[in-house]
Amino acid sequence: MERTLFKAQRISAILLAPWVLIHLGLILYAVRGGLTAAEILDRTQGSLFWGLFYGSFVLLVTVHAPIGLRNILREWTPLKSDNINPMCFMFGLFILVMGIRAVAAVVG
Amino acid sequence: MEVRIWRGKAEGAFSSYHVPVRDNQTILDVVTEIQREQEPALAYRFACRVGVCGSCAMTVNGKPRWTCRTHVTRVAHEGVLTIEPLRNLPRIKDLVCDMGDFFQKWQKAGGKHSGSLTRADKPALVDITNPARVTANAAIECINCAICYSACDVVAWDKDYLGPAALNRAWTLVNDERHSEREETFDKSFGEGGCGSCHSQGNCTRHCPVEISPSESIAGLKRAAFSGLPKMDGN
Ligand code: SF4
Ligand code: SF4
Ligand code: FES
Repeated sequence: MERTLFKAQRISAILLAPWVLIHLGLILYAVRGGLTAAEILDRTQGSLFWGLFYGSFVLLVTVHAPIGLRNILREWTPLKSDNINPMCFMFGLFILVMGIRAVAAVVG
Repeated sequence: MEVRIWRGKAEGAFSSYHVPVRDNQTILDVVTEIQREQEPALAYRFACRVGVCGSCAMTVNGKPRWTCRTHVTRVAHEGVLTIEPLRNLPRIKDLVCDMGDFFQKWQKAGGKHSGSLTRADKPALVDITNPARVTANAAIECINCAICYSACDVVAWDKDYLGPAALNRAWTLVNDERHSEREETFDKSFGEGGCGSCHSQGNCTRHCPVEISPSESIAGLKRAAFSGLPKMDGN
């Protein structure tokens, strides 16, 4: 179990790294170009590319973040794994739902 | 020189002693001199006095050290020595710690060697050029002093963390072709509180008196999570 989580966290980190860079680059581009929210939505809505990009982004974060949070809680709080595991699972679900909602709003 | 030594258990205080400076004087010499001449009730551990047994480790001026091989001139700060028990281990009396947890974690990390040969078999022939053997050899000279365990912050934060020495031991077994439970040892080293908890910053390696690198051994275990157990010829 620990080994699987360890691998999942490392692999998701490797995949996330370029995704984060693209995301940051995109923000800089959009802001510098002075695009309005409406103009941005105009470009993203109906775009399969951005749907896939941000959809996979959300999935990777859903895998990566709760495992990291679990490690931090285990190391820094007196909470037991029995409590930490369901908390982090719920946190993962929360990210997933919020993320999918956000992607749907941007590309839907 | 002034020597401040911790007296008591978890609760206690430093007592100050004065000891003459001598040539080639080790920290253990100083503690022994104080125990013999000034404080007969002072509790501390040692056995070999030559850096083999690993029983004399203490915290000297804030750092964990093997006291029988540490010269006073190297560590005294403005003529003052402050000597405490190792960190991260329950204190029993004065400079003596309870090593129970430390060794139990070796077991938990799968540190018990299990052979597959019997008395009737010929001794195993080990090829010392085999890469796995070379890897194991780099980490086998551990003297069980718990200095790395005392230096590790993750041990301080997370009582379940197995710690550098136990995981280093597991790594040597994972690379030992004579160990019949390599897979089991690897699984245990990756259990809760196992090598995944290590931050890889190498404080253990920096302090190990025999220049083992537990952080490198732990990195080896982590890599093996992706690449599989080290390959063995003929096993
Ligand atoms: S590298 Fe790992 S084992 Fe070594 S001191 Fe740091 S956290 Fe502890
Ligand atoms: S790895 Fe080094 S510091 Fe740690 S117990 Fe072994 S000899 Fe001591
Ligand atoms: S007394 Fe044996 S290692 Fe120091």
